[in-house]
Amino acid sequence: MAGKEKVIESKSTKRIKKKSLLFIGPSFLGVCIFFIAPMIVVMGYSMMDNPIRKNFVFLDNFRATLANRAFRLALSNTAKFSALSVPLVVILSLLVAMVLENIPGRMKIRSFLLTPMMVPIASVILIWQVLFNYNGVVNEAAARLNLAEVDWLKSDKALIVIVLLFVWKNLGYNMILFMAAIANIPAQLMDAARLDGGNEFQIFFKIKIRYLASSILFVTILSIINSFKVFREIYLLTGDYPFDSLYILQTYMNNMFRSLDYQKLSSAAILMSLIMIVLVALLFIAENYVGRDLEE
Amino acid sequence: MRIGSTKNIKKRKKIFRTIRSIILWFVAVVYVIPIVFTICNSFMSETEITSNYGRVFGSLAGKGGYVSNTVHLKFIPDFVSFKQYYTVLIASPDYLLKFWNSVILVVPIVVFQVVVALLAAYGFTRYRGRIREMIFFAYIILMLMPYQVTLVPNYLVSDKLGLLDTYSSIWLPGIFSPFGVFILTKSMRRIPSGIIEAARVDGAGEWRIFATITTPLIKGTIASVVILVFIDYWNMVEQPLIMLTDQDMHPLSVFLSKINEGEIGLAFAVATVYMIPTLLTFAYGEDYLVEGISYQGGLKG
Repeated sequence: MAGKEKVIESKSTKRIKKKSLLFIGPSFLGVCIFFIAPMIVVMGYSMMDNPIRKNFVFLDNFRATLANRAFRLALSNTAKFSALSVPLVVILSLLVAMVLENIPGRMKIRSFLLTPMMVPIASVILIWQVLFNYNGVVNEAAARLNLAEVDWLKSDKALIVIVLLFVWKNLGYNMILFMAAIANIPAQLMDAARLDGGNEFQIFFKIKIRYLASSILFVTILSIINSFKVFREIYLLTGDYPFDSLYILQTYMNNMFRSLDYQKLSSAAILMSLIMIVLVALLFIAENYVGRDLEE
Repeated sequence: MRIGSTKNIKKRKKIFRTIRSIILWFVAVVYVIPIVFTICNSFMSETEITSNYGRVFGSLAGKGGYVSNTVHLKFIPDFVSFKQYYTVLIASPDYLLKFWNSVILVVPIVVFQVVVALLAAYGFTRYRGRIREMIFFAYIILMLMPYQVTLVPNYLVSDKLGLLDTYSSIWLPGIFSPFGVFILTKSMRRIPSGIIEAARVDGAGEWRIFATITTPLIKGTIASVVILVFIDYWNMVEQPLIMLTDQDMHPLSVFLSKINEGEIGLAFAVATVYMIPTLLTFAYGEDYLVEGISYQGGLKG
């Protein structure tokens, strides 16, 4: 069909093609100047030994970065953070989205769960300090229950605090995506199952989960991507030099800017983009899978 | 028998629903506690704050005044005091100045990102060739990158163009950020092509179709983009840390973390003032926000 249209309207299509370039122009120019062109320069930097001498060293900088202790710590912490926070936020948000179905006042509950996404992190960081400081509320409660006090922000436990903060902030976002997916499950299918005597648990596992499988995959990958963006929380809560367990890739990058070591900075940026590109590719594959699943 | 059992099921379902609803309301209330807490505490006097949280924010101890031995998480102040607000809004211009910095930084980004993105969205909608799909794909990757990655190219360019330490180093990458293009294109592509074709047959030019047909048709999505871009940049931390060495130019979102160490009584009031624009946006634009998020539930147009 598209081919036929092309033959008939080739002249006007060409005109549209040309004109529409004018519309994309400003955006594309800006993206090229501020993102794509300098990204190519960054790629170049990542393979040179020095911005002034400009000797081509190919992968040396990457090797050095991967061997760097700070980078390794950051990489493993980021992986740990994602491994903890992503399953938690995906499962909880799916659970909430499902439980929210046909509940009186669900729109109000939805609003409540979305507010953390709206407020600036800087505004709510105070209460997290009141809660998790060594002399804070959580430890005081622990002391009263005769539990050991933990220095939440300055120990390995700090990661847990950030995971909580991440889940608190991101649950609403994922919930909305799941609510949309749930709304797409054909109601007749569930009615038919009920008529056939299927109980709610069977319906849940045999129909809902199967229908949602692809959205779960999609939201999971999106959450991994979002978990790579956690920085504000850590920075505002603990500053430039957080406890070791909170030293993540983003902190590493932020501190590299201080020293402006272009080799380290650019090779780290390229490595991080590679990880992101793999994730985005997975996201696309997941989405194709979504489309096919729903059509069948 | 069959009727009896369905009745039972209905009853059980009702009980089940009530339990679900109670649990969810509990979660919902826990969820907003940090926000409510911050707002409530902004009405406490400095002495009350010091006595309640002095132990947490050790720097206060040196200033004298009574510090309780235990931390008191309190919602209702002993005396409602507007003194903190007086200080923040009137007596000490420093905070208002930072608030103003935030406004100056965010508003141009929101306005011009939407304009640039609307134009691009129209271009991506009107013609879909292979190269354009590739560009669109590059936009998606850029959109999903963490700031620490995109800031490296941004910094290089700002350095070359001499924009470092000026607001332009944050404005320009913000304006050309691909996020708005992505959402608006997805929305515009849902407009039935018949509408556009009909206008063209009637003799309307591309510019006219853009201005009078497609743009008004996606008003709702434009609102979503305005809201999402606004909350993202109002919350900004990464860009000013790297682009602006002069702390006087920093927005309130960065500055807030620095007050925490000093005048903790004020910090609650400042935090509340900073939240107000976002809470108002939420109150009036929740549906648009939800629509905007739903558009992110798929990558293809």
